[in-house]
Amino acid sequence: MSKTPKISIKGLHKRFEGKQVLQGLDLDVMAGESVVVIGGSGTGKSVLVKCILGLLEADGGTIHIDGVDMTHPSARARAEFLGKIGMLFQGAALFDSLTVLENVSFGLIQAKNMNKEKAAEIAFEKLTRVGLSSEVADLYPEELSGGMKKRVGLARAIATEPKIIFFDEPTTGLDPIMADVINDLITECVKDLGATTITITHDMSSVRKIADKAAMLHDGKIIWQGSQRELNTAKNPYLRQFISGSSKGPIKTIGVNDG
Amino acid sequence: MHGLQEIGRVLLFIFEVLKAALTPPFYFSLIFRQMLHIGYFSLPVVGLTAIFTGAALAQQIYVGTSRFNAESAVAGVTVIAIVRELGPVLAGLMVAGRVASAMAAEIGTMRVSEQIDALVTLSANPFKYLIVPRVWASVLMLPLLVIVANIIGVFGGFLIATQKLGFNPGSYLTVTVDMLEATDIHSSLVKAAVFGFILAIMGCYQGFKSGGGAAGVGAATTNAVVTSFILILLANLIITVNVFGS
Repeated sequence: MSKTPKISIKGLHKRFEGKQVLQGLDLDVMAGESVVVIGGSGTGKSVLVKCILGLLEADGGTIHIDGVDMTHPSARARAEFLGKIGMLFQGAALFDSLTVLENVSFGLIQAKNMNKEKAAEIAFEKLTRVGLSSEVADLYPEELSGGMKKRVGLARAIATEPKIIFFDEPTTGLDPIMADVINDLITECVKDLGATTITITHDMSSVRKIADKAAMLHDGKIIWQGSQRELNTAKNPYLRQFISGSSKGPIKTIGVNDG
Repeated sequence: MHGLQEIGRVLLFIFEVLKAALTPPFYFSLIFRQMLHIGYFSLPVVGLTAIFTGAALAQQIYVGTSRFNAESAVAGVTVIAIVRELGPVLAGLMVAGRVASAMAAEIGTMRVSEQIDALVTLSANPFKYLIVPRVWASVLMLPLLVIVANIIGVFGGFLIATQKLGFNPGSYLTVTVDMLEATDIHSSLVKAAVFGFILAIMGCYQGFKSGGGAAGVGAATTNAVVTSFILILLANLIITVNVFGS
């Protein structure tokens, strides 16, 4: 494993209309590592990923990918970066106007300049990889269940065989069995590709299944990070409260615990 | 201050659209699909609006001119009013009501459901993929729709004049053609293209910047229609004053 982090974030700041969401966040992700960022709702997990992806512009700090400064990248550096990433969005974010097959082939055509026939061939492979039959290929997203949408979103995220994959709340809204299926698929697909991944979630079963390393985001900073094993023995009171899912503890919850 | 900021944001948006519109890649199939959606599917609403308005206009002009025994002006005034003003304005407003709202709703839904973010992560420029095809299609199709609106509007006037008011069909058409000047047609088509640009930009802009879930998309749709209407009427006034004011 390389000593230089695949993704290195230093002192990241992001503010929205009077609310400081990220305030000096530091995080390193090594090549091939699967890092899961946990934290309560509204703590800035999605903002972190959107800043890394360049969908939001950071107010301060630096983001380096493979040693290249991506805080204010050139058009070329950004195009190269986008060519090697995949993203599974919380609601899958499938394109309504395109069929399942067109959704999965989209990145291959756009990022890899592949012709439609070759892209469709690979898209069928990826759909099979996530456990979907070719019968769904011609369906539109509105015709799919939540679990199927996540599978299609996963197939789309891995279609270009990216080096870095981001997962935003991959199991939110799914029943526990389907959530476990998605976690298994993510683990298998990531292992197949040897990709570096950042997953954001508040689902502890996902953390235990997916993570090499976990990091807890609170008050705009990473307040704890460690391995899967350390997660169970860590004494950090914020982490302990989050893992136990208790309303009592240092994490303030409106109307329940102001102390 | 807020208004100035909004104007600045719209101007920056237009700059991004123009930059994206003039550099490859070009999504010709998407432009064609939008042309079909904006042009072909707007034909019934534009046609019906034009024929009813043309007929009502001829009737009103007849009532007004008959007070001065100047009924012979009906054909000429009708064609000038339709080609210079009513054809482009009514087509622009009807298409804005139908298309700008749809653009804002569709792009706004894509925004709040993270589909636009997904486009970016899949190496597609949302301006080139979503906005530019709509703007090109709108700018290209509005002049064609206005030609149709003008012809059908004049035909509406012709129908009421010949079937109800007793005009001779041949003389009515001769006067109509004689009164029409090249400037009338040019200004009509320029107005159409400008209105097409305005409605596409406002529909796309409102959708692109929308947020806040379903309520945000609803507000974007309303804003798209209202701002398109106002800007189309303002642009019409500016073009009319500049072309015909001297």
